[in-house]
Amino acid sequence: MRRLLGFITKEFIHIFRDLRTLIVLFGIPVTQILLFGYVITMEINDSSIAILDLSKDEVSLNLSDRLCSSGFFRQKENLNGYDDIERVLRSGKVKAVVVFGEGFGCDLITRGKASMSIIADGTEPNYATLVCNYITAIVNDFSREQNEVETGTVFLLQPEVRMFFNPELKDQFMFVPGVMAYVLIIICALMTSITITREKEFGTMEALLVSPLRAGHIIVGKVVPYMVLSFVTLVVILWVSWLVFELPIRGSLGLLIGISMLYILLGLSLGIFISTISKNMQQAIFISLMSLLLPTIILSGFIFPVENMPKAYDVASYLVPSKYYLIAIKNIMIKGLGIGYVWKETLAMCFMSAIFILLSIKNFKERLQ
Amino acid sequence: MREVVIRVENLVKRFGNFVANDHLNFEVYEGEIFGFLGANGAGKTTALRILSGLSSPTSGNVMVAGFDAKRQGEKIKRNIGYMCQRFSLYNDLTVRENITLYGGIYGMSSGLIKQRIDELLRQLEFEEYADRLIGGLPLGLKQKLAFSVAIFHEPKIVFLDEPTGGVDPIARRQFWEEIYAAAARGITVFVTTHYMDEAEYCDRVCIMDQGRIVAIGTPTALKQKYGASSIEDLFVGIARPNAQKE
Amino acid sequence: MADKVVIRAEDVGKHFGKLHALRGINLEVNRGEIFGLIGPDGAGKTTLFRLITTLLTPDSGSLTVLGLDVVTQYRELRRQIGYMPGRFSLYHDLTVEENLNFYATVFGTTVKENYTLIADIYSHIEPFRRRPAGKLSGGMKQKLALSCALIHRPALLVLDEPTTGVDAVSRVEFWELLRGLREHGITTVVSTPYMDEAMRCDRVALIQSGQLLSIDTPTAIMEGFTGKLYSVRAEENYSLIMALRANPHVHTAHPFGSSVHVTFNTEGYHATLPQYLHEKGIENVTIEPISPGIEDRFLELMEREP
Repeated sequence: MRRLLGFITKEFIHIFRDLRTLIVLFGIPVTQILLFGYVITMEINDSSIAILDLSKDEVSLNLSDRLCSSGFFRQKENLNGYDDIERVLRSGKVKAVVVFGEGFGCDLITRGKASMSIIADGTEPNYATLVCNYITAIVNDFSREQNEVETGTVFLLQPEVRMFFNPELKDQFMFVPGVMAYVLIIICALMTSITITREKEFGTMEALLVSPLRAGHIIVGKVVPYMVLSFVTLVVILWVSWLVFELPIRGSLGLLIGISMLYILLGLSLGIFISTISKNMQQAIFISLMSLLLPTIILSGFIFPVENMPKAYDVASYLVPSKYYLIAIKNIMIKGLGIGYVWKETLAMCFMSAIFILLSIKNFKERLQ
Repeated sequence: MREVVIRVENLVKRFGNFVANDHLNFEVYEGEIFGFLGANGAGKTTALRILSGLSSPTSGNVMVAGFDAKRQGEKIKRNIGYMCQRFSLYNDLTVRENITLYGGIYGMSSGLIKQRIDELLRQLEFEEYADRLIGGLPLGLKQKLAFSVAIFHEPKIVFLDEPTGGVDPIARRQFWEEIYAAAARGITVFVTTHYMDEAEYCDRVCIMDQGRIVAIGTPTALKQKYGASSIEDLFVGIARPNAQKE
Repeated sequence: MADKVVIRAEDVGKHFGKLHALRGINLEVNRGEIFGLIGPDGAGKTTLFRLITTLLTPDSGSLTVLGLDVVTQYRELRRQIGYMPGRFSLYHDLTVEENLNFYATVFGTTVKENYTLIADIYSHIEPFRRRPAGKLSGGMKQKLALSCALIHRPALLVLDEPTTGVDAVSRVEFWELLRGLREHGITTVVSTPYMDEAMRCDRVALIQSGQLLSIDTPTAIMEGFTGKLYSVRAEENYSLIMALRANPHVHTAHPFGSSVHVTFNTEGYHATLPQYLHEKGIENVTIEPISPGIEDRFLELMEREP
């Protein structure tokens, strides 16, 4: 035990004495969050929309108010008929038109569903998608509140453009789980694989192997410090997101952190596995980035919905650890769901961690070669 | 009197407050094997960089192959050969490819390169290795080849930065015989090393310690002067009192 | 542990793919001696040391160290070996003190407990104990690495080229320190590419191309030199060597610094050599009989190899 503590102390010294490591650990996640956050939130502020309310009842007026008081949208015009829609969109002054069908409130209360559509200006596809996402999110909020009082509200949504973002999970804070998913796994895998291959390269691994330290000591000694630091990184990401973008965490914070720690462990064990198959730091970096960066971004569903990709991609995405993490934390953070809805993802991550840990122990040789 | 090919007068090189070379004065003659000795950090590498036109002196006059090191660094580079610590050859190229590449860098015509490669390979008895990758050759052969490549364009002076160490006694002697042969052709050989036994092979040696020249002369004369049995003893005698201070 | 033999190798072989790194190694190292392994880079010194330190396993033959088998009993063995690899294995970003403490903890001991053993060595670098190891000179790194390898009071100390890349002054000091360790009953095996360092060992093994050429005390190895050796000097080394090589009476001619070491095929030819050299235009020739050094013997042994 004392050996292990000595080893862990040494690892902490390495980290705190190396400015670059600290920058990677804390600087990169914060920068990423700010970058993504600003790209998204800076644009949707005070956008002009038009409303065509064919119903003009209590519910539709209420929802219109909600849209316009959100701070994201400003009501430019009240339209009188379908013919006006093309005119206002063509003028370019309005980014989207929200249409409430006839008898909107009445249908909602009596039949549990009502007709509503969003018609967005598709000339700027990204922007249009964002606007649709925002409106949908506000409508979602609204219907959730209504559900608490009454039951059975369903809205109909017709975005003209579907480019980015998963249609079922549209939310203005989508990027936070996404950044967390890819930043955490890359930092964890990259840092551990580098720190182990560095010992190989500098020849200190020889001395460690000849000592009474076991493979387990070395692996645990490398994992623990980065686990602690990744936890700090996680807290920093959440804190910055809350501070700067007022990110809400709708579900349990404890569950979110618990699942994130599992994901961090998964990343660390992956890093150790990578270090057992690489000869030097260069290889470790190369393997970590190549095997994680693109798959995480493309296949995890962070930016592109996997459902719209060819079948092979969909199948491959089940091998990407971040996919499970992303689904789980989106459910917790955005949908506010509990463990009952994320146990499958949790189990998948447990399984993957176990595999990488076992492979690492098997591959980590107590001799050279 | 033989021609002076390197003349160093009051060479000073400072990095901030640190004086790496402190008023160095020496001359090296044509066809001479000149050993530049000192521990790591004694200032050898700094001086070597100045002599080979890679860096310019803070003050003092340095003439190499007839050019001023302060202003004509580029001209110096074209007129010298350089073999750095271990080897400047590419392990993933063959012997022939390495030499061709090197000749090309020095602007030799491809016809001349071809002709000279064949001569060189014959002279080194290297024909069977011509199309083998450098990486797979024994250390001693690599070393000989690296030296031949460094003088392939027939420079006036060749600088060898820590050239040997670790090769077997036979390979080492073969390497020195190559150096002798080059010197006999009139090429001046300037060797830096911290292996004192290498110094015994040089015509003259210059011992540096903490940026200064502490002794200069033929190995025999220096050993006599200080009553030492080898250059190593001599070096230990001169440098040891200083080393303790650090 | 009463065994006098600390390392016993019987017909040990090791290959990497097609390359035979070691072939038919037989050797015994006795308790308390400084045993030198002398040979050029690539001769197999590091491979043999990695076998002894259990980092590699032999492909053939048997190797026991401190009475323990390197393949099956490597865990017990690792507690009793102090190993200093060729690259010193120090953490450059850790200070002198932190490096030493780390290795002490790894071996389950403390610096205080074994300070007496390393006091002579560590006292040289103690003034710099707060300096990062990466900022030490070669000689100081070497002393720190030695302190780290000794901190758990090993029975056997394995030093892989400890003097390579270290200046001459530090080399001399280092050998003095090793001799000091012998007083503590520690057996040392040390490798070096420098022939002159052989003289500082109790016994040495000469190794070349993965095979041992000779194992004996340095004096006995030198005495094994079969011919009569002469040192020949002239003003110009290169023409002297060429002239000597062209003479059929000359058996070998090797440059040794500013002189050439020569053996003859014909007994007594050395008397007529100046005359021959004079005809070749080489003047101021001196010839004297000398006693061979370890390097002369090494050359002789190497040339006998096919």
